[in-house]
Amino acid sequence: MDEALLRGLIPGVLGVLGRRGADFATAEDAVQEALIEAIRTWPADPPRDPKGWLVTVAWRRFLDLTRADAARRRRENLVEEEPAPGPVPDVDDTLQLYFRCAHPSLAPSSAVALTLRAVGGLTTRQIAQAYLVPEATMAQRISRAKRTVSGVRFDQPGEVATVLRVLYLVFNEGYSGNVDLAAEAIRLTRQLATVIDHPEVVGLLALMLLHHARRASRIAPDGSLVPLAEQDRGRWDTTTIAEGVQLLQGALARDRLGEFQAQAAIAALHADALTAEETDWVQIVEWYEELVRLTDSPVVRLNRAVAVGEADGPRAGLAALAALDESLPRYRAVAAYLHERDGNLVTAARLYAEAAHQALNLAERDHLTRQAARLNTHRSR
Amino acid sequence: MAKYLLLKHYRGAPDPVNNVPMTQWTPEEISAHMQYMSDFADRLVATGEFVDGQALAPEGTFVRYDGEGRPPVTDGPFAETKDLIAGWMVIDVDSYERAIELAGELSAAPGAGGKPIHEWLEVRPFLTVPPNATQ
Repeated sequence: MDEALLRGLIPGVLGVLGRRGADFATAEDAVQEALIEAIRTWPADPPRDPKGWLVTVAWRRFLDLTRADAARRRRENLVEEEPAPGPVPDVDDTLQLYFRCAHPSLAPSSAVALTLRAVGGLTTRQIAQAYLVPEATMAQRISRAKRTVSGVRFDQPGEVATVLRVLYLVFNEGYSGNVDLAAEAIRLTRQLATVIDHPEVVGLLALMLLHHARRASRIAPDGSLVPLAEQDRGRWDTTTIAEGVQLLQGALARDRLGEFQAQAAIAALHADALTAEETDWVQIVEWYEELVRLTDSPVVRLNRAVAVGEADGPRAGLAALAALDESLPRYRAVAAYLHERDGNLVTAARLYAEAAHQALNLAERDHLTRQAARLNTHRSR
Repeated sequence: MAKYLLLKHYRGAPDPVNNVPMTQWTPEEISAHMQYMSDFADRLVATGEFVDGQALAPEGTFVRYDGEGRPPVTDGPFAETKDLIAGWMVIDVDSYERAIELAGELSAAPGAGGKPIHEWLEVRPFLTVPPNATQ
């Protein structure tokens, strides 16, 4: 059975239940149980109309779940209003679901978990495994999130930007265990792009595809990080790159620039270069300037300093860096790189070592430690 | 979210304010202490922030490679102030501030006289294994 296909039906089913007046939290539980039932019975007995099957089973579960005395009157009304059996209307409520799961009242981690379950159709266990926390913890995180948004009206559109931020968070988690969160984020963003007409949605999808296309070459077989300039470009996925570039061009043509489109443009310029030396750093600096204008983020300014170092030489890069706060994450790594290129090997080695000390993940720390070691052993011989 | 280790030192940390060895507490005080720890963990499960917690035995052994077939074992390099870890809790929280807040709460576990022991806890962030997809 194609579990991804099954998961793709979830938001539609939740939407139908929502339109029939089901409250979000109970409907979501009911759909999860229908999903588990489908995984159990479909391989032996595949339904002719999978979505209709899911709606029927989830609706029955919903009625079971709302059997409490307090809810009886409401349930009777709902049974009264139940539409006659027949084809399920194909109105897509997926968008409301995205907005609800990414509601600003939720902490980012809760929004991510809720999105993966309600829109993505992942089970609580799968989400818990992906985030390396116990299932009971994740179940509570999700049920708290559901309670938080249960009073929020289903029909109020939220901010697209919030939804996109949540999807980008999922993508950035990468992957662990048997759930590939990057691929899941791409699937969800693709789905979102079919229900909403917004250039930034396309921009984010393009950005994800362009990063994802380089994934195989980013990590060496021994698990160490391979910097962009040293990656084997033959292993980049050109089909995915082509799709990302095409999507991006479509989005840019609409002349409503946003930060995801600008980031995708930078990723596309990297993907375009056949060798690292052919990278169009001048244009990349221009896109970073757009990004600074759009986001005013210090991290973007740091990245811009790297690009300036490549376009105009390490002295120019160091000058751009001097204007920034030293406490920024990766500030020392950037400074080390620029100093090395400028020939200050002693300073560079010291900065690489300090940067390794501040790294947030193992692969990055090991990479920076190796850089420091490379310069130190080079000098002592 | 980021994971943090809350490390409970058995000895070696600065003395807590309510510094009475556990062996001199009443059994009720010990039960109250244990109950506090277990309630704390339950509360973190409910907020979706609990990852793991374990207590460790107070004795440890130092081992190192010292040539083929000769792994020497010592009682430890800290002759007088042996620094042993009593146990740990791993949490998964939205911010560093939240990690500090929870460590403070855990340090308020009751000791002798039912008063908070104010013990020192070490808070250390985990290094995540995979780097971000965008790097």
